[in-house]
Amino acid sequence: MNKTVNQKAWFLVLPVLLLVAFSAVIPLMTVVNYSVQDTFGQNQFFWAGLAWFEEMLASERMWNALWRQMMFSGIILVIQVPLGIFVALNMPKSGAWSTVCLVLMSLPLLIPWNVVGTIWQIFGRVDIGLLGYTLDALGLEYNYTQDTLDAWVTLIVMDVWHWTSLVALLAFAGLKSIPDAYYQAAKIDQASRWKVFRYIELPKMSGVLTIAILLRFMDSFKIYTEPFVVTGGGPGNATTLLSIDLVKMALGQFDLGPAAAFSIMYFLVILLVSWVFYTVMTNLDKQEG
Amino acid sequence: MDWMAWTWPTAIFFIVIAGLLITFSVLAIKFPETPRRGILRIETTRGDRLFITLVGSAFINLAWLGIVGAQQPYALIVCLAYALAVFRWV
Repeated sequence: MNKTVNQKAWFLVLPVLLLVAFSAVIPLMTVVNYSVQDTFGQNQFFWAGLAWFEEMLASERMWNALWRQMMFSGIILVIQVPLGIFVALNMPKSGAWSTVCLVLMSLPLLIPWNVVGTIWQIFGRVDIGLLGYTLDALGLEYNYTQDTLDAWVTLIVMDVWHWTSLVALLAFAGLKSIPDAYYQAAKIDQASRWKVFRYIELPKMSGVLTIAILLRFMDSFKIYTEPFVVTGGGPGNATTLLSIDLVKMALGQFDLGPAAAFSIMYFLVILLVSWVFYTVMTNLDKQEG
Repeated sequence: MDWMAWTWPTAIFFIVIAGLLITFSVLAIKFPETPRRGILRIETTRGDRLFITLVGSAFINLAWLGIVGAQQPYALIVCLAYALAVFRWV
């Protein structure tokens, strides 16, 4: 059968194209434009060439922020992914409790970032916060505003609290899509619980888990509001993650050029990682299909 | 060009990228191709290979700037070799 070739439908994409142009492409081009110039305000710009890129690549400050960011994203992924899978495996698969669990799990996801930050900022305070006060009463010296380790632990626990449910919900969706026949076959073969997980559940969840890891990586890599509200990047620079440093540079110091060069490198890292994840994800689909 | 302080070098940079995108789109429509598997073991079309080339070239340029210094024409020669390799083997 011959298909009718009609490419007019492409015109329907035009509004999206326009929107994306104004919300993403033109701002990105502006950043590239700023990265090769210097300004002192009043809309006066001076050509700087690649100087800002050189400065940023040699800047210990940027490498430290990048290192901290990698650490943060790595740690939260290592905790959230296994924990999310564990929670999903132990959730009731059907019935009223399943619904209750789903609603409870999605609650943290509904809370705006700065509210989460404020909750934990108060929660961790030694004078009035339940967590800080309790730890203090137990004789543990806990102070997230002065101790680097405490600040990091607070941020990581907060992120785990906020986002593990996302991984759990996605893993749960993956688990629900496995037909009963697989479990019956496993039962006939007397497969152990571990083998059921390793050879049935994990492969069937791999697609959604890749999406979960991608989403969690992206979100944690560009995290700003929560650490900004809780620690403000402190103590010292201990929790100054990439975007906090970027905002300090661009808006605090009004160093538009270096900040633009910094943003481009930041963008390239995210672009590369997203592409790798996307490619792995689509190739997995093709192998399955 | 005064609008938002656009400069000629950035304009040329974007014109080249836009030109490449348009050329490859036209090529993809005029001469459709089947994706192939190269050394990365992933299916790629010409467009994918262009993307890998562009992102890779950005990193090559940054690495050159950080390690060797601001002599970008030489970095561009490396990029060209890289592009040829990507289009041949990926």
